[in-house]
Amino acid sequence: MTTNDSMTVKDLSLSIEGQPILKNINLTFPKNQITCIIGPSGCGKSTLLKCLNRLTDNMDDVTTQGGVYVGEHNMLTAREAELIELRRRIGLIPQRPCPLPMSIYDNVAYGCRIHGLHPKKKDLNETVEKYLTAVGLWDEVKDRLNKSASRLSIGQQQRLCLARSLAVEPDFILADEATSALDPISSKTVEELFVKLKKDYTIIMVTHTLPQAQRIADHVAFIYLGEVIETGSAQKLFSKPSNELTQKYLTGTFS
Amino acid sequence: MKKLSVKHIEEKVMKILMVFCSLLVLAFVVSIVWTIVVKGIKSFSWEMITQVPGKDWNTADDGGFLNAILGSLLVVVPAMLLATAISIPIVFYMNLYLRRSHPLSYAVRLAFDVLYGIPSIVYGAFAFTVMVLVGMRASLMGGIAVTTLLMIPMLIRSGDEISKSVPDEMVDAAYSLGATKWETLWVITRQVLPGMITAVLLAVGKAIGDAAAVMFTAGFSDAVPDSLSDPTATLPLAIFNWIIMPEPFPDRCYSAALVLTLIVLILSLSGRWLGARFTKHNV
Repeated sequence: MTTNDSMTVKDLSLSIEGQPILKNINLTFPKNQITCIIGPSGCGKSTLLKCLNRLTDNMDDVTTQGGVYVGEHNMLTAREAELIELRRRIGLIPQRPCPLPMSIYDNVAYGCRIHGLHPKKKDLNETVEKYLTAVGLWDEVKDRLNKSASRLSIGQQQRLCLARSLAVEPDFILADEATSALDPISSKTVEELFVKLKKDYTIIMVTHTLPQAQRIADHVAFIYLGEVIETGSAQKLFSKPSNELTQKYLTGTFS
Repeated sequence: MKKLSVKHIEEKVMKILMVFCSLLVLAFVVSIVWTIVVKGIKSFSWEMITQVPGKDWNTADDGGFLNAILGSLLVVVPAMLLATAISIPIVFYMNLYLRRSHPLSYAVRLAFDVLYGIPSIVYGAFAFTVMVLVGMRASLMGGIAVTTLLMIPMLIRSGDEISKSVPDEMVDAAYSLGATKWETLWVITRQVLPGMITAVLLAVGKAIGDAAAVMFTAGFSDAVPDSLSDPTATLPLAIFNWIIMPEPFPDRCYSAALVLTLIVLILSLSGRWLGARFTKHNV
């Protein structure tokens, strides 16, 4: 199902209540790599991520200009039907996991059901097992698939959210500080999952823990006060940043 | 050390105050229920709830007030269904389709807050005026209509509050899976259902006990209504009518009050049970 479309952000500006939050953002997210968006708190990282699947619709008084392109399609101007399909292709791992008010099984199966994937019960069962296995949750939950998802630990819930996103066969995965609410062991598990998943998906993650970005990023975008200051391969940006601000951020002069 | 003891006293005083207030409320409830049960049981009999008034009803124990029991249920149950069917789409429209801060959403919210504050006698008088205008007589239909109107603002107001308790992340999660607004709405419905059931039951409890709204609109009758255009008795109006009448009516009042209280109790318990069954997966 994976297509060759890549995701690019072109001249994206966004303001909330007239206040500019993002200014003229241009970014390309390389396929099958992990792109980390880094920057100090309040720089607009999370807002940028929300633009990528247009969850900005759920915010008050937001105006956007420019585009977020998935292949030919501009996410920001897409009509309802097109938007639904585009959103399906972009999975989201939120900062705090939020299971849907359903059983563990239904959480994973829900996306498939609404898109009419795997209409046969047997296929659906296999799909649920496949993705729960992919996130390393199957052995932990296989005996209580009909139990409430909200009873899982936070770390398990986060992996469930990942499985839920993967089940609708996306091409991209957005992660918004996906490990910040987790304990060190769970967050290591999730990090390792991302590294494993990048061979099939393009992963874009917002993080404010630099060491995490250094561990797993292939590509990095540094954002400061709503502008892209520097972008490039992780190796280059972390070892030889060309911009003074990036340098200062990396050395911890400000954060 | 001195400062600490002042804090200690503060803490104690506040705690005593809270316990006192809670007990006060409890005492009210217990004394009301006690009065109703003790006085109600005295005149209560099986005939009271299984028969309509007989021809000697005015002087002796002949028949019962089944007409009022059924009348109340016939007014409130359809009103509950209608009001829920009208309110829930409005709540979802204001909270999910429109932004909460949208001007229309704001205007609608304000309008329903005003309606919420209008006393039920005014609803009754308004409906009565309209009914006179169109040449309609006091009837079951009139009672249902005005009770529906009475319940809608209550349901919308609590529905609005309940919707605020849905985490934004849940809406985002559904959207990011590619769910439409309609599909997202079903996810949210699971989350808000127990709250909505409680809201509906509270509204039903208020509506079934309201005499003023049905006084002019549903009328009163010794028979169980055959059609929507027949007038019908209701329990609160029966209580209202009987309490000032000579014996044996005041005692019957308490029986009617007992039945009314039991109906509300049964409705609440069954609603809670249903809500708990359907929403065991809630976040």
